[in-house]
Amino acid sequence: MILYFLSMVLLVMGLYCLVAKKNIVKKIIGIVIIEYSVNLFLVLVGYRSGGIAPILVKGMQAEELVQKGVDPLPQALVLTSIVIGLGTMALMVALCLRMYEKFKTFDMSKINTLKG
Amino acid sequence: MEIVLLFLLAFMIIGSIIAIETKNLLSSVISVGVVGFNLSIIFLMLGAPDIAITQVVVEILILVVLIRATITTDNTSIEGPRDTFPFVSSLIFFGLFLMFAFFAVQEIPKFGEPIMKVSKEYLRTGPEKTGAANVVTAILLDFRAYDTLGEATVLFTSIIGAFVILRRKGRKGKAEVDEEKFGILEDEDIKQNFEGF
Repeated sequence: MILYFLSMVLLVMGLYCLVAKKNIVKKIIGIVIIEYSVNLFLVLVGYRSGGIAPILVKGMQAEELVQKGVDPLPQALVLTSIVIGLGTMALMVALCLRMYEKFKTFDMSKINTLKG
Repeated sequence: MEIVLLFLLAFMIIGSIIAIETKNLLSSVISVGVVGFNLSIIFLMLGAPDIAITQVVVEILILVVLIRATITTDNTSIEGPRDTFPFVSSLIFFGLFLMFAFFAVQEIPKFGEPIMKVSKEYLRTGPEKTGAANVVTAILLDFRAYDTLGEATVLFTSIIGAFVILRRKGRKGKAEVDEEKFGILEDEDIKQNFEGF
């Protein structure tokens, strides 16, 4: 219970960084922290106490894996989400560098001309 | 087990507080790296070695990209007073959010006792049906292969987007001269800088 709540706290801190900070790089860092916390939450939900990694090793029956293995489904989906997070972050950093080149600042409150 | 996880999570929270509140952007980026590597240790302890390896690789790439964003730019810290309205409103909203989250996490299954309706079937028949010893890869590349195809599409789209945003050629007229070099090197730069190769 407390572990779930702590990952929620991490999510809230990322959201705060995303909303209240002016620096664009800080906002990107907030998004990265949100990604971490959500991935962590999903993997935590799939954990089984005393569980083993869902990998079949030599001399192990499939039934043993059913009895003891942790949930593989969130792990597979989180694997997807981590890699997508990297791609979107690269895109965000590219946009951020282009904005710095145009406006010479990272400050969000100074970037107020939406004209091209 | 749970105590160690609690300790690591507290360390992650401290690292992200430093990442959020420090003035220098480079130290902020490095604190995010601390959080990410900690996350990979937690994944390793939760019985997810595949995710732990992926997290380490992705974390290194995130550090490289973010340092690339911060190190060539000069005004890395932003001075000025903090806006009160976003600060206060976000504090109120996030307090409410945490309160509801506190009640919500009591409804989901307890830590260590997942439901696993679908996953038991995957664990039982996965190695036999797909021939993969690792059930996570069996799900990733066989049971949910369309999902992975979608992931590859998103990844390539974002990389192409970043490439288009950062490229120089075709965006500027011939009269304008590049003062700063951003992003990808031009052919002449490569010739000049890497003559010996």
